[in-house]
Amino acid sequence: MTRVLPVLAVVGMIVALWYGAAVWMNAAWVQDQAARAGTTVTLAELVPATMTLERPVLPAPHQVVGELLRSTFGMAVTSKRSLVYHGWITLSATLLGFAIGTGLGIVLAVGIIYNRAMDLSVMPWAIASQTIPILAIAPMIIVVLNSIGVQGLVPKAIISAYLSFFPVVVGMVKGLRSPDAMQLDLLRTYNASGAAVLGKLRLPSSMPYLFASLKVGIAASLVGAIVGELPTGAVAGLGARLLSGSYYGQTVQIWAALFAAALVAATLVAVVGVIERAVLARMGMAR
Amino acid sequence: MIWVVFALGFWIAAWALNVRLSHSPLMARRGWRLVVPAIFGLSLLVLWEGIVRGLAVPGVILPPPSAIGARIAAEVPTLWADFRQTFLKGALTGYVIGCGAAFLTAVAIDRSPFLQRGLLPVGNFVAALPIVGIAPILVMWFGFDWHSKAAVVVVMVFFPVLVNTVAGLAASERMQRDLMATWGASYWQSLFKLRLPAAMPFVFNGLKIATTLALIGAIVAEFFGSPIVGMGFRITAEVGRLGLDMVWAEIAVAALAGSAFYGLVALIERRVTFWHPSQRV
Repeated sequence: MTRVLPVLAVVGMIVALWYGAAVWMNAAWVQDQAARAGTTVTLAELVPATMTLERPVLPAPHQVVGELLRSTFGMAVTSKRSLVYHGWITLSATLLGFAIGTGLGIVLAVGIIYNRAMDLSVMPWAIASQTIPILAIAPMIIVVLNSIGVQGLVPKAIISAYLSFFPVVVGMVKGLRSPDAMQLDLLRTYNASGAAVLGKLRLPSSMPYLFASLKVGIAASLVGAIVGELPTGAVAGLGARLLSGSYYGQTVQIWAALFAAALVAATLVAVVGVIERAVLARMGMAR
Repeated sequence: MIWVVFALGFWIAAWALNVRLSHSPLMARRGWRLVVPAIFGLSLLVLWEGIVRGLAVPGVILPPPSAIGARIAAEVPTLWADFRQTFLKGALTGYVIGCGAAFLTAVAIDRSPFLQRGLLPVGNFVAALPIVGIAPILVMWFGFDWHSKAAVVVVMVFFPVLVNTVAGLAASERMQRDLMATWGASYWQSLFKLRLPAAMPFVFNGLKIATTLALIGAIVAEFFGSPIVGMGFRITAEVGRLGLDMVWAEIAVAALAGSAFYGLVALIERRVTFWHPSQRV
C-alpha cells in the first residue's frame, strides 16, 4: 500500500491537471461559438461543454478513454477503424525488427569479444552511433526499399531492428565481459575450449545485462515501427492513425492512438520484465 | 567490375592492417587506439564507393559517398539554414527548457518522499513510451514553426532528466548526510554542498540521453508539418523528389551535430564530475 498510494496520488494529480487544461484550452472555442450564436455561457454551462466537443484542442481524459475502448472493443478486428487492427500491424513490425536486431546484436557482441581487431574497430562506431539521430533516415529506408519493390512489413522491421541493435550490442559486450578473471582462469585450468567458455560462463553471466538492454531495445523498436509508418502516408498502423488524425484534425483519434501505443509499449516492457524475472530466478541470479 | 575488386581488396588490406595493429604493442598508447576505428571507417567508405560505382547502383537507391560529399560542399547555405532552424532554434531551445524544468522539478519534489515515491515509477513508465507520437498534437497547438518542435523536445527530454536527477539526489551516502547533520548544516547548505554535487553523475547521464532525444524529437516533429526549412522537412521533401544525395547530406549533418552535442555535454561532465571514478583515466 505504501508503494501504490504515492503512484495513485501522482496519477490523480496528472488527471486533475489534464481536466483543468482541457477546460482552459477548449473554453475559447466554446465562447466563440456562443458569441456567434449571440448567447453567453455561464461557467456551469462552459465546463461540460468543453468536455464534449467533437474536435477539441485538448480532449478530456474520459473522451480519450471512450474512443480507445470504442475503437478497440466496439469494432470488428478486421475493420480499418479498429485500433486492434492498426496495433497488430505496428506490433508485428516491432517484434520482427526486435528479433532481427537482437539476434544480430548478440552475434556481433560475441564477435567483438573474441576478435580483438573487431573490438577495436567496430566498438567505437557502435558507441558513436548511439549519439546519432538514427530515426532521421527512416523515410529514406522506406522509400528506397519501396522503389526496389520491398514494402509492407519488412522496411518498418528494418528500422526497428536498427534501433534495437545498438543497445543490445553495447549491453551484451559489457555482459560477456562481466565474468571476473578468477572464473575465466578456472575455466582455463579445466582446458575449456572457446565455445565452452562462451556457453558455460560468458553467456549465462551476461543475462542480466541482456535483459536490461532488451527492455531499452523493445521500446526503441516500437518507436521505430511507428515512425516508419509516417512517410508512406497514412496506410495502416498506429503511426498512420497519428498522421491521418493530424491531417484531419481528429484530436481524439490522435490521443487514442497515442494511448494505444503507450499501452503496447508498457505491455512489451512488462513482458520482457516477466521473462527476465523467470529466467534469472531459474538461473539462481534473482536479486 | 574493377571498382568492386579494388574496393574489396582495399577492405581486406585494411582489415589485415587492423588485425596487425590490434596485436601490436602500439595499442598501449591512446593516440594509436583511435587509428584502428579510423581505418575501419575509411575502409567502409571505400567499400561503399567501390560497390556503388562497380555495380552501377542508381543514385536514387544509394548514392556514392563522393556524390554526397560534393552535395554537402555545394549546398552549404541550405544545410546551414536547415541546421539553424532545426537544431539551434528547435532542439536547443527545447533541450534547455526541458532539462531546466526537469531539474527544478526534481529539486522541488526532493523535500517530499511521498511525491518522489509516486513520481519515480510514473517517470520511468513515461520514459519508455513512444513520446514522439505527441508531435502531431503539439504541432497543432503551437503551429508549424520551431516553437512546436521545441515543445516536442521539452516533453521528450523532461522525464529522463527528471528520473535521473531524483535518483541522483538520493545518491549521497548515509554517512555523508549524517556528517552534514552533525555540522548543523541547513537543508539548503546540505543540498548545495553535498547532495547536488553527488547527484551530478546521474544528472549528466540524463543530460546525455537527452541530447539524442532532442535531435530526434526536433527532426521527427517536422515530419508532421513545418515551414519550408529544417532538416526533417528537407529529408521528407528530398525523399519525395528522389534527391537521395541531399538526404544523405542532411543525415551527415544530423550525425555530426548529434555527436558534437553529445561530445560537448560529455566534456562539461568531465569538468564537473572530475572526482567520479568513471572519469579517472
